[in-house]
Amino acid sequence: MNKLVVSSSPHIRTDSTTRRIMLDVLIALLPTAVAGTVIFGIKALWVMLVCVGFSVLSEFLFNLITKHTQTVGDLSAAVTGLILALNLRADAPLWQCAVGAVFAIIVVKCLFGGLGCNFANPAVTGRIFIMICFATTVGGGMMPTVVDLASSATPLEIMKGDTVNGLPSLPDMMLGLRGGAIGEVCAIAILLGFAYLVYRGVIHFETPLIFIGTVFVLSLIISSDLTLSLYHVFSGGLLFGAVFMATDYVTTPITRSGKMIFAFGCGLITVLIRFFGTYPEGVSFSILLMNILSPYIEKWTAKKPLGGKK
Amino acid sequence: MKNNKLSIVLRGLIAENPVLVLVLGTCPTLAQTGNVIAALSMGIAATIVLVCSNMVISALRNIIPDTVRIPCYIVVIAGFVTVVQLVMQAYLPDLYEMMGVYLALIVVNCIILGRAEMFARKNNVVDSALDGLGMGLGFLLALLVMATIREVLGAGTFAGIEIPFLIVRDAAGVVKNSFTLPILTQAPGGFLVFGIMIAVINKIGPKKGEEKRKNFSCEGCPSATVCGRVACPENTELVTESDDRRDGGKEEA
Repeated sequence: MNKLVVSSSPHIRTDSTTRRIMLDVLIALLPTAVAGTVIFGIKALWVMLVCVGFSVLSEFLFNLITKHTQTVGDLSAAVTGLILALNLRADAPLWQCAVGAVFAIIVVKCLFGGLGCNFANPAVTGRIFIMICFATTVGGGMMPTVVDLASSATPLEIMKGDTVNGLPSLPDMMLGLRGGAIGEVCAIAILLGFAYLVYRGVIHFETPLIFIGTVFVLSLIISSDLTLSLYHVFSGGLLFGAVFMATDYVTTPITRSGKMIFAFGCGLITVLIRFFGTYPEGVSFSILLMNILSPYIEKWTAKKPLGGKK
Repeated sequence: MKNNKLSIVLRGLIAENPVLVLVLGTCPTLAQTGNVIAALSMGIAATIVLVCSNMVISALRNIIPDTVRIPCYIVVIAGFVTVVQLVMQAYLPDLYEMMGVYLALIVVNCIILGRAEMFARKNNVVDSALDGLGMGLGFLLALLVMATIREVLGAGTFAGIEIPFLIVRDAAGVVKNSFTLPILTQAPGGFLVFGIMIAVINKIGPKKGEEKRKNFSCEGCPSATVCGRVACPENTELVTESDDRRDGGKEEA
């Protein structure tokens, strides 16, 4: 007769926890990580191990020293580390990877109060920190070990010179046989991860689609060249950034219309930097800038409750 | 609060450090801490001006009319800055070039004007000089620590001398490998180091919030005589802290 349980609401609970969601993201990142290792060799694996290891370790130590609740178990530090690693060159010096991971976790995440309180995406900020600190680590790209090519410029750097000579073919771009960061080269692996995340309901498909669509349409308008626009979609960190970094829960707007504005802004800034800026790639800067604008977008697009006052 | 002469000096170093606790004079702090030499000269120049201006303003505190005191302070400070500037230009021309506009900007340094307003106009000449010295040394200390962090980690040098472990050269003297974070010598690095230092001082230094709560015990309470209670019920944890004081009070009663 003890079937009657008295408790306060909520009575229906979902089994999705931070840990479960982060695990899904890790699973979605797996194809990209494997592809990166296959394309760039064992060095890429070391970069990933160092980034994930130092991310988890620095969060563990920070919580230990400041006597906070231990949050390593929710796997968010591991996700940050892996995303950061996939944003770096495979031949990046390992101590620089470690510094970037520690910066991302300690300064960007923990000092602002841990997961859920950081205003900027730790992985994006960590990458930009490394890029400003060590210009050669992220800029430029290591060529895949499976193809034998003399040039080591990324497609975007080639396009920056306003020429399409020397660009890899589009199918090669899809497979990832080109210069670039570990995680950004293999488009097919990223799309696999995207499909998994959408299937599991972890992310909405709008943000990546609008982000990539904006870049494609604006490139088409500016260059009026379909092939070049397609190259812009598949080159650089656009696909990776749109799927894994512009969909972060903490640093993007929570409303549906806010997400769309966020994605459009990311695409716009990316195109502006790619076509008119001095840097060849603008995905991480665009995501960081829109991260900062997120609270305002959220406030602006917040739904008014029925009968509520403005 | 009683002040002896030493505590006036020591207060400026940590407890009321002008940069890290009062958060005054952040402009030179961020701009002049890229290397140790610049920080050292900035700190010394500001200390000299601070001590002198505090003394003069304190001596003139009964003459300066209250309504126009800020312009008067500025004139006094600007006078001493000009003296320092001319002396440096004459005897240390290299340093003068390096400091650039920041030397002249000591005139509008908040620390100097702030100490004139907060301390020198209410205290005698000797105390004001000691306060100026303490605050100046506190400023110098903060600048030096910050510049050391930024220069060693950012450029791999200390006061221009290379640190062998951070910058590795091969036999021919070409830089082979440098374990530095160049961002720290740039403006964003300045903000990062500054923020982290304030956080550390807040953590280990005197707690402003707790001090406020201590004043709330019965001793500082204006209605303690009519209240009759030994301690306010909502301050029980504070009472346990000052057990000895309460017992002493009882015995007297």
